[in-house]
Amino acid sequence: MTQNPYLWLIPTLPLAGAAINGFLGRRSSKKAITTIALTFPGLAFALALKIALGFSSAAAPYVFNLAHWIRSGSLGLPNYFTADFAFYLDQLSLVMLLVVTGVGFLIHIYSVGYMSDDPGYYRFFSYLNLFMFFMLTLVLANNYLVMFIGWEGVGLASYLLIGFWFTKDSAASAGKKAFIVNRIGDFGFLIGLFLIIQHFGSLNFTDVFAKVQPLAAETTGAGLLTAIGILLMVGACGKSAQIPLYVWLPDAMEGPTPVSALIHAATMVTAGVYMVARSHVIFERAPMALTVVAIIGTLTALFAATIGITQTDIKKVLAYSTVSQLGYMFMACGAGAFSAGIFHLMTHAFFKGLLFLGAGSVIHAVGGEQDMRKMGGLRSYIPWTTATMGIATLAIAGIPPFAGFWSKDEILWKAYQAHWVYWLIGAITALITSFYMFRLLFMTFAGDYRGTQVDSHGHAHSAHGDHGHGEPHESPAVMLVPLIILAFLSLVGGLVGIHNGFEHFLEPVFGSEFPKTITEGSGNTEWLLMGFSVLFSFTGLILAYVLYVSKPYLPAKIAASLGAFYDAVLNKYYVDEIYAKVFVKPLVDGSTKILWQGVDRKVIDDTVNNAADGARQVSDEVRHMQSGNVRSYAGWIASGAAVVIAYMIWWGTR
Amino acid sequence: MNTDTLSPYILTLVTFVPLAGALLLTVLPRRDRDIRVIAFLVSLITFGLSLHLPVYFHRVIGGFQFEIDKSWISSPNIHYHMAIDGISMWLVVLTTFLTPLCVLISWKTVHDRVKEFFILLLILETALIGVFTSLDLFLFYFFWEATLIPMALLIGVFGHERKVYAAVKFFMYTMIASVFMLAGILWLYAHTGSFDFVVIRDLISRGQVSNFPAAAQWLFLGFFIAFAVKVPLFPFHTWLPDAHVEAPTAGSVLLAGVLLKMGTYGMLRFNLGLFPEQSRSNASWIMALALIGIIYGALVAMVQPNMKKLIAYSSVSHLGFVVLGIFSFTQSGLNGAMFVMLAHGISTGGLFMLAGILHERRHTYEISEFGGLATPMPVYATSYLFIVLASVGLPLLNGFVGEFLVLNGAFQAKPIYGILGATGVIWSACYLLWMFQRVFYGKVTHPINNGLADMLGFEKAAVWPCAIAAMVMGVAPILWLAAIDPAVQATLNALPQMVSKVVGQ
Repeated sequence: MTQNPYLWLIPTLPLAGAAINGFLGRRSSKKAITTIALTFPGLAFALALKIALGFSSAAAPYVFNLAHWIRSGSLGLPNYFTADFAFYLDQLSLVMLLVVTGVGFLIHIYSVGYMSDDPGYYRFFSYLNLFMFFMLTLVLANNYLVMFIGWEGVGLASYLLIGFWFTKDSAASAGKKAFIVNRIGDFGFLIGLFLIIQHFGSLNFTDVFAKVQPLAAETTGAGLLTAIGILLMVGACGKSAQIPLYVWLPDAMEGPTPVSALIHAATMVTAGVYMVARSHVIFERAPMALTVVAIIGTLTALFAATIGITQTDIKKVLAYSTVSQLGYMFMACGAGAFSAGIFHLMTHAFFKGLLFLGAGSVIHAVGGEQDMRKMGGLRSYIPWTTATMGIATLAIAGIPPFAGFWSKDEILWKAYQAHWVYWLIGAITALITSFYMFRLLFMTFAGDYRGTQVDSHGHAHSAHGDHGHGEPHESPAVMLVPLIILAFLSLVGGLVGIHNGFEHFLEPVFGSEFPKTITEGSGNTEWLLMGFSVLFSFTGLILAYVLYVSKPYLPAKIAASLGAFYDAVLNKYYVDEIYAKVFVKPLVDGSTKILWQGVDRKVIDDTVNNAADGARQVSDEVRHMQSGNVRSYAGWIASGAAVVIAYMIWWGTR
Repeated sequence: MNTDTLSPYILTLVTFVPLAGALLLTVLPRRDRDIRVIAFLVSLITFGLSLHLPVYFHRVIGGFQFEIDKSWISSPNIHYHMAIDGISMWLVVLTTFLTPLCVLISWKTVHDRVKEFFILLLILETALIGVFTSLDLFLFYFFWEATLIPMALLIGVFGHERKVYAAVKFFMYTMIASVFMLAGILWLYAHTGSFDFVVIRDLISRGQVSNFPAAAQWLFLGFFIAFAVKVPLFPFHTWLPDAHVEAPTAGSVLLAGVLLKMGTYGMLRFNLGLFPEQSRSNASWIMALALIGIIYGALVAMVQPNMKKLIAYSSVSHLGFVVLGIFSFTQSGLNGAMFVMLAHGISTGGLFMLAGILHERRHTYEISEFGGLATPMPVYATSYLFIVLASVGLPLLNGFVGEFLVLNGAFQAKPIYGILGATGVIWSACYLLWMFQRVFYGKVTHPINNGLADMLGFEKAAVWPCAIAAMVMGVAPILWLAAIDPAVQATLNALPQMVSKVVGQ
């Protein structure tokens, strides 16, 4: 462990930016706001790069204790518990750090163009900087409680940014939904933390993992570590939008598109994967918890991908795609291949960030329209956006040699080693992914333009209302440069995985202790499986081409022939409706009619008031007086007190 | 211990300066502005004086400090005995912190009988501080009941439509319950010849009180019922929403901010201090009531159409956390309970001020009368959100620290307590964010709300200190915990001794 006193600066710099713009932005010029908004995350990125350059794959972790935070009890006594503002950087947090600051900084630059006409310009950047602060705190924490600061904090930033256009009811509701659903996950996370405190007396990563390390794997049955693992996973399911808590993420698309790119694709939603990977010492000793992670991840990957096929809102497709890709990362972690999960997390940050920014560029070009049925033919209007999004689509579809191919292939291979069913579902999901992503690409950019510019005005949000007229137009350079950089990364970002380079880099964290039974001839199996998954990717591409380019009349026919099943998928399997009916409505109605109007008013309050009335009547009769309320109450008190005192005196002297 | 010259008198000063200020106001002519300024200065001086306590408090030594013990009446044997420990000290400072803010928030909102209003407010402050500083049970009971009169009058005279009903309900409810405590105090005096908390506690712990084992359960309940109604613990809570809805803003702030804590403070000091064995044996049903309070209060809060009632029910939920922490008998739980008391005082005090600001503009608390207010009132909306987040328990704000410690303590006591209590983190987000959305987000639904003025200077001066305090307490809770922790340890240390004594008999 090496002390590094600069670690705490990385999250704090964006916080300073958030504070300055938050307090002074209302009265500042746009130029000043932009300068502040870019400088501080930029500095954080620069500092992260500087640290990264001095940090080899063999380096010991950097640590730094900034200050005491919470302390309860004294050292040596039972129940002693302390948590400091402590920071920690190892190879795993370094990857996260670079992704968050790097992609984050690019998206900040992009937002300068995207949000340029929004009246809430300063507010937007203040929130975005605030998000960076919390996300970096999450990534650099040295204990679960500081991680929880970041964890809840990114939830707050997400809430503020989803509801950024708060005059829109749907946006405000989506923000609230995100926060509350995340809180359900946090409930599990918290209980997990209490268990850790109870058994290991600390929340510091190093202390906890040192105490977990000598424990045997719970292979025979569920024990403490399994319980902790599953509870932590509940938290991760909320943040990383896994079944059954994924429902907030599609709604989160109400936020401005750069927010969708940064928070709801590239960084925040991967926090759950990071947390599981960070806790790998626990999970490795809890095979049942790992299995649960793998199953949830696999199911989510497939489930969300199927919904992606039917969506027509460009951002909704990407949202379900994100849920699905996060499922892959969970599948990897569940298979014990944490480095593969983090590898995909990184490449996904590149190509999904790019896809959202590209979608933003498209929406920007067509005056706020998000319905792909009103797009088409945009390749000739916005060539740069088309090209970069094309690269991103190739990457996510798993076409070699783009970034997604390497990381997804790594996951599928590791998943196969855990159980062939994971691989099969994962490969089918890859086919579906390839299909709906090329569907998106073709519907948006191929064919002829189907939009009617003037009408799209009504759909425009406030920032782009004035773009509603004229032909679709390419975005300004400030938006295109981030697209191009991310396209480059989506193209070559996967190459670090060649010869297991990425895995070796993370070896100091995950080690090679996790036994991987490499059977004879597995090299051939690996090539065979890779061949299959590439074949699946191309199948998806071709299917999409046939359905949406060469025979565009077919999809409607197929949809009609599927009938109710198609409707169910189109309506996202009615999960939101089911949740509303099963959980939300009974809770609200029950609270209103049973608890408040029933128990509170009828049972408790009426009992009290009747008792008071009774006392008044008694005193009326006894004293034949026109008693007011106060007197009767007083009489009741006096007699009650007398009885009690008399009883106690009798009892005390007996 | 505290060797500086002010320390022997500081508690007397802090307690009675507000009363002296109130007396001063009675002789002043009815010039409203002068009255307000004097009231503000008096409360500010009191706050300044009270800061002497944390500055000179010996955290390492712990125990009761700044003690003053003078015989007051020889028969019955009543002492003027005051002292504070790390528990009561912060409650005193909470009171002195909130009172100047109450003066500020009432600056322009109280128009009639201004003089009486501020006199009552200052008398109330003295009574509240006295509750926390008294170690003589007679003195304690005196201050305890003394809080009722100014508070009931603040509600009954300066309140809204159903003010008399609410005032009488509040007065009767808590007064009746207090009588049981009085009976307990008298029993203890009859058997020990003393009203002194420390003397009685030591006699009980040495087993020198005649007939105590037989009476202990009744004594415990006598004290407990008085405190439980004040907290209020489910199902004794129905006076609270009525009292809050009708109370003027300053009354609500002190009612929720400080007065409720008298109950939880009483449990911590007297139930645990005097009757540790009974506290243990009764803990399971008390914890159950606390858990019901947490969940029930939150669910009922969620469906309230009235903003102030919503905040009132949220207090039932938050105070449930406090009781849960106290009866977990864990270091973490008790530390957390203390911290929730302080945090709730700040954040709910702030919420009531914010609700009052809206009432001043629209003369209603009905949530459906609002909507879209973030557009005409951005500063107000931001301030409101900040306090809401503190109340929701966002880390780095004050609500989180206390809740986390309480739930951790409850979990260590029995996992199911912690698990059920932790659902509170979901409920609080539900009721507060839903309310916030209905009031502030969307488009302005009632045209009249378009013209609402954003926060005025005196309103910012009242609310923002709460926001700042919420943040400081969330980032540096160690400043508070350092004094609370030893006091809690002392309270807990008494428990096993008692157990062994009883077992040994």
